[in-house]
Amino acid sequence: MTSKTFKGFAILASLILTFGLAQAEPKKVGFIYVGPVGDFGWSYEHDQGRLAVEEAFGDQVETSYVESVPEGADAERVLTQMALAGNELIFTTSFGYMDPTINVAAKFPDVKFEHATGYKRADNVSTYSARFYEGRAVIGHIAGKMTKTNQIGYIASFPIPEVIRGINSAYIHAKKANPDVEFKIVWVFTWFDPAKEADAAQTLIEQGVDVIMQHTDSTAPMTIAEEKGIFAFGQASDMMEFGPTARLSSIIDNWAPYYVARTQALVDGAWESVDTWDGISTGMVEIGEFSDRIPENVRADAQAMSDAISNGSYHPFTGPINRQDGSAWLGDGEIADDGTLLGMNFYVEGISGSIPN
Amino acid sequence: MLVFERRREPSRFWTAITPILAVLITLIAGGILFATLGKDPLEAIKTIFWAPLFDPDLSAYARPQILVKAAPLVLIAIGLSIGFKANIWNIGAEGQYIMGAILGGGVALAFYPLEAWWIFPLMIVSGIAGGIAWAMIPALLKVKFRTNEILVSLMLVYVSEHFLASVSLGLLRNPDGVGFPGSRNLQHYASASNAELFAGTGIHLGVIVAFVSIFALYGLIRFHRLGFQIRVTGQSIRISRFAGVNPNLMIIFCLAAGGGLAGLAGIFELSGPAGRLSIDFNVGYGFTAIIVAFLGRLNPFGIALAALLMSLTYIGGDLAQFMLNLPAAAIQALQGMLLFFLLSMDFLSQYRIRIKHWASG
Repeated sequence: MTSKTFKGFAILASLILTFGLAQAEPKKVGFIYVGPVGDFGWSYEHDQGRLAVEEAFGDQVETSYVESVPEGADAERVLTQMALAGNELIFTTSFGYMDPTINVAAKFPDVKFEHATGYKRADNVSTYSARFYEGRAVIGHIAGKMTKTNQIGYIASFPIPEVIRGINSAYIHAKKANPDVEFKIVWVFTWFDPAKEADAAQTLIEQGVDVIMQHTDSTAPMTIAEEKGIFAFGQASDMMEFGPTARLSSIIDNWAPYYVARTQALVDGAWESVDTWDGISTGMVEIGEFSDRIPENVRADAQAMSDAISNGSYHPFTGPINRQDGSAWLGDGEIADDGTLLGMNFYVEGISGSIPN
Repeated sequence: MLVFERRREPSRFWTAITPILAVLITLIAGGILFATLGKDPLEAIKTIFWAPLFDPDLSAYARPQILVKAAPLVLIAIGLSIGFKANIWNIGAEGQYIMGAILGGGVALAFYPLEAWWIFPLMIVSGIAGGIAWAMIPALLKVKFRTNEILVSLMLVYVSEHFLASVSLGLLRNPDGVGFPGSRNLQHYASASNAELFAGTGIHLGVIVAFVSIFALYGLIRFHRLGFQIRVTGQSIRISRFAGVNPNLMIIFCLAAGGGLAGLAGIFELSGPAGRLSIDFNVGYGFTAIIVAFLGRLNPFGIALAALLMSLTYIGGDLAQFMLNLPAAAIQALQGMLLFFLLSMDFLSQYRIRIKHWASG
């Protein structure tokens, strides 16, 4: 039944439809997102970057996106279709798109790809990521100063280096701000699941936590924090409207400058494969406005730390730092190298519990 | 007042016309939805249903992709339909799909980097075995303790998802993956790669097997004694006893058929289009296949058509997203409408609508 119906409909449709007028060819730039653009977290911020590209280039560039694309076979199909449809630059914005991106890039050598958070590159595949751990150092400091119960909750997604690095950075700086601080870490094994994230927040609060940090994308933990009258931080986006009193600050992923620069390179014909890992200094990682509920001196300290990271005078992973098992990792004044940070699979000393696998 | 009267037999006329009617109503309702979103409804519907099949730039790639996307749905739905015909409700095909992929993929990766001809068949057989083993848990619990297979098989989906996360982060994690979760990519392991059979199409062995399974089920139901026994069991277990059916064996057979084919779909998908075992390897084929089985009225050819239709809306939906900036949720709503209208129109073939006057005094 179906094929007949569609054939009939196809004839009908082609009779009725008139084709759009051909215009001066704008450059097509595509984006694929792992979540919905309405998550107000990870995918939302990538889409804000896309909108910034639209704004910056006007009629010169035409952008499009596909949201909620599962990582794997579906991603490969969507990317192929986007390349076939004439997109010249495609941003693939989740780690799991790595192999599909590389496969499709090999088939379309004239199309440029930009893969977020991965490590495989090619002549037409760049990679980019943000040093979120710099932001986590700053909010870790604030969390350490703000907790009354000395219990900080951390909602973690998956035990991958990116997330472990964030936990370590936050812990090191919370501990420096308040030596009595303890971290309670809940692994939810999802990037975006408001119900699970809300449950995790509830559980943490029942265990006596009064500040929550999250490495997941929904606003649910912020909403719970607001309800229960504890503190939380915006993740990926500012999340101010979801917890006007609970929100102390936020780590904002600001992809807009990078996306605009890379599109500019495409327009100029100067695009080259590069590997970018930027932080506070280029604005890829932004610290959201500090809440008035943070005491003046803490705000000043946090700002000073942010400035020091930005101008390169301070690195959040500066020794002495030991691994969780007590063995030495960084000597006094030693700075972690990017290779170790990129593959980080251990907790630093003082964090209790083990990394699940 | 309106009265629904059950027809003695489903109306031939309505059975033939309802699917077409349902698609037309979906097109109208979908068009209204797209218009309220500020999109040209004709353009949107054309992009979803016409572009994947006939667009000059896109159809050459999209047409075989419709088959590739439909293949796991067909395989799983065919297996499930056997049980559904016998009133045995395996809702956990998603879990059996996952376990097939884990066991099959695990066996293949255990031999990495050895190259040998027997690795591929061994991997496929292990995939089937993984699916069957997972389905045997609800089967044996039902046979032994009369537990409800719906609940047990469904709950085991969540168990298998945690198991998948665990092996992706631990046992099967790619040692060269710089600490990231996920296994090696089987596409890069020649002996285990379920590569495309015709260059540029993406068509892999699983698509062929899915096609064969349609005819195999038709033959089984139509010509084999077992097909008769399955149908009788579905009507009444007591009557089936007279037909020489052992109900316990029937439960085991039906769950094994569903689990085995789901496991097979899983290992084909893993070794072919997906490549890597990762935390979110499963994308819901096991659940969508239940809808496909019923949409196809548990008939093998109906299942094939239903799977192709679902697959078309997925692929056309992707196109509509990036060509027209339609949100993903609108596409899902359209798919929901299609299912809703197909199932509700089905009512017309089963019931007659009569207008009756209030009985007076």
